[in-house]
Amino acid sequence: MSGIVIVSRRDFLKAGIVLGGGLIIGVHLPGGTAAGMEPPRETFAPNAFIRIGTDDSVTVIVNKSEMGQGVYTALPMIVAEELEVDPATIRVEAAPVAPAYNHAEWGIQVTGGSSSVRSEWDRLAKAGASARMMLVAAAAEAWKVKPGQCRAEKGFVLHQASGRRLSYGKLAERAARLKPPAEVQLKSPKDYSVIGRPVRRLDTPAKVNGTALFGLDVAIPGMLTAVVARPPVFGAKAMKIHHDKAEKVPGVKRVVPIDAGVAVIAESFPAAVRGREALEIEWNEGPLAGLDSGRQREEYAEMAKRPGAVAARRGDPDTALKQAVKRIDAVYELPYLVHAPLEPLNCVARVEPDRCDIWTGTQMQTGDRNAAAKITGLPPEKITLRTLFLGGGFGRRAVPDSHFVREAVQASKAMGKPVKVVWTRDDDIHGGWYRPTFYNELAAGLDAAGMPAAWKHRIVCQSIAIGTPFEKGMVKNGVDDTSVEGAADSPYAVPNFLCDYHMAPAGVPVLWWRSVGHSATAFVKESFIDELAHLAEKDPYQYRRQLLKKHPRLVGALDLAVEKAGWGKALPEGRGRGIAVHESFGSIVAQVAEVSVGTKGEIRVHRVVCAVDCGRFVNPGIIEAQMESGIAFGLSAALHGAITFKNGRVEQSNYHDYPIIRMNEMPRVETHIVRSGEKPGGIGEPGVPPVAPAVANALFALTGARLRTLPMTQERVLAATGKA
Amino acid sequence: MIALTVNGTRHQVDVPPDTPLLWVIREVIGLTGTKFGCGMSLCGACTVHVEGRAIRSCVTPVSAVAGKEITTIEGIPESHPVKQAWIADDVPQCGWCQPGQIMAATALLATNPKPDDAAIDEAMEGILCRCGTYQRIRRAIHRAVGTPTKGGAS
Repeated sequence: MSGIVIVSRRDFLKAGIVLGGGLIIGVHLPGGTAAGMEPPRETFAPNAFIRIGTDDSVTVIVNKSEMGQGVYTALPMIVAEELEVDPATIRVEAAPVAPAYNHAEWGIQVTGGSSSVRSEWDRLAKAGASARMMLVAAAAEAWKVKPGQCRAEKGFVLHQASGRRLSYGKLAERAARLKPPAEVQLKSPKDYSVIGRPVRRLDTPAKVNGTALFGLDVAIPGMLTAVVARPPVFGAKAMKIHHDKAEKVPGVKRVVPIDAGVAVIAESFPAAVRGREALEIEWNEGPLAGLDSGRQREEYAEMAKRPGAVAARRGDPDTALKQAVKRIDAVYELPYLVHAPLEPLNCVARVEPDRCDIWTGTQMQTGDRNAAAKITGLPPEKITLRTLFLGGGFGRRAVPDSHFVREAVQASKAMGKPVKVVWTRDDDIHGGWYRPTFYNELAAGLDAAGMPAAWKHRIVCQSIAIGTPFEKGMVKNGVDDTSVEGAADSPYAVPNFLCDYHMAPAGVPVLWWRSVGHSATAFVKESFIDELAHLAEKDPYQYRRQLLKKHPRLVGALDLAVEKAGWGKALPEGRGRGIAVHESFGSIVAQVAEVSVGTKGEIRVHRVVCAVDCGRFVNPGIIEAQMESGIAFGLSAALHGAITFKNGRVEQSNYHDYPIIRMNEMPRVETHIVRSGEKPGGIGEPGVPPVAPAVANALFALTGARLRTLPMTQERVLAATGKA
Repeated sequence: MIALTVNGTRHQVDVPPDTPLLWVIREVIGLTGTKFGCGMSLCGACTVHVEGRAIRSCVTPVSAVAGKEITTIEGIPESHPVKQAWIADDVPQCGWCQPGQIMAATALLATNPKPDDAAIDEAMEGILCRCGTYQRIRRAIHRAVGTPTKGGAS
């Protein structure tokens, strides 16, 4: 076993101080050691986010989980800007669980909704500026001059008149004795030297040399490894467990029933897997034993025949439809999708009589910590949760019931030893918490000028929020906002409009999946508007533009994408071009995709030109990376992704039958950022929604075949293009 | 006891002979840079070199590599052009697949010092990246060997 691995070394909370009008709990520094590293002596901790050591080290404590989206770089950059330090010199530390680290708006510690930069910008800027002012004041005090005669630059305070300078480390002890300023002065954006530049990611070197520590890499003394025999059908219960054979497998210690199923706890992962193979369980499969995707689709279609709960309505869509010059009806369908992050879910827990330690990569620390408190009976402050790097999140590690943490805590409690629970890839693909499957019925009518007079969109899908702590805030009048986002608030100028919703029966565990409802609604909205444009015999770009007159930012993104893509210019033989634009998480993304189709019906996406307006931004390099990432993620779903059920069982199990795109399928992505003074928008998710419709629209432009069902598999493409 | 050499260090490991090499590297030897992703040779996160060739350690029994020279991500020098290019192009996002990507790329360049995009695709398509860093991986491989980058799916 390797040595003790602890990323967040600071375990105890101390005093509270007031900063920027809100109460911030300061972090005390009682030693503790990271693997092979002597911690710097940090004496100046002006707030919960910054510590400065006498050795000039600057540590930024980040309250968001790094899952690839770049928060361990973007958030320290905000501090670096105001604190006047080179971001490359910053040490990053994962925040412990404490109220100081709650989401600035949502009241819990969580990473999601593409909200990190948006929610933290002001608070971190103030934290950095406040620390800088205190360092300047400390220097002024030491030199017996006025603070106004001093300035901060690259980790030093300078007194211009005398040419004296002191490093932050030299000033740390003195600054620590000062009170934080009542008011902080933030820099003017025109003076920014860090924000807005493509600063290299701070976590890259560790991720390139193999030292970056993820949850699955944690090893602590005496730790055992568990895999869980999980129900074959969602909701099934283990009635009888025959554990003799499993417990005879060399290395297996014990078989323990837990909420999630039956944990096989062993000395190693291979032994745990062998033990699970030998385990025999009789299940009561419960009400979902007959779940079948084909029948479920019929049920959804039946529900769609009746009016649903109204999400948005204006005008009189039924009358307008009757009076329309042209009418079009369509059904759009999307499957369940699994997040399938490359690092399987895992959690290490060490339950002791008077404390509980947890090591994991999670997006929702507060809920996980509270779940552990409930299981152990310990007060929350006796639970220490350390957040490690997440080998992909995409929403999968923000679970309202904290199941992967509960599994480890229950197993450790039962064994009286530290236990690491590891999910296999089968567990992950079978394990639920999917993006819901969507059934959409649409109808639209065009007026004499070819413009839409009526638009009706009925959505049938499961609610993500129902039955969770988020229900109250997210479900209103029978409508889950995450089911209709991007559809009910369509920006297109249609005078008579209805979006209504049927909440499909619960059962299959569903969850936010990168871009949540937008991952489905953008495909429907942006494909259907394309259908309308073609029905009206108009250019799909110009048609959108005309209907978006009241949305200059959407038009701006469209125009930029079109200009860079060479919209309207000739393409090589056999290629088609499609466009889509969608707003999500406060940002607007337009994409133009160029595709061809192979003889076997395989869609090749050669190029995606992407224009993004995310308002004021921190790091354009990360924006580019997130657009590339969102496009790859969206393409996997557009071309391949589907979770289906037969006899209550998930039919997929690993990357061979739930493929994600590979190197040879990755298009050339060109990202262009709109220069904007608007308020910051999200960046982790908004790249996903437009790509599926842009590709479907390109396929239509190329072949005349309209694919309204995802994924656009070879079979579906061949059937639609008449080559099957 | 099975003898194997990892990054130049000899180890004697006491495990069942069919234990996958991946778990010997991670759990017994304690080198966690080599990652677990699928357990079926489908994702490539577990890629290591055996006698210089890229293999999937999640399906390789430890007995099959007894006495052989194994290299993991920790055994690739920091100065290696591939690691340097990965940093210059800011390739990783979540980072989980990157050790496997780097091991596949270094093995490719050892046999093909100037790969074109087709050769890169062929060598790298076995390594999945859920974050979609493929464009940067391609760019970084070109950077490492000083060839120009053209682009995407052809």
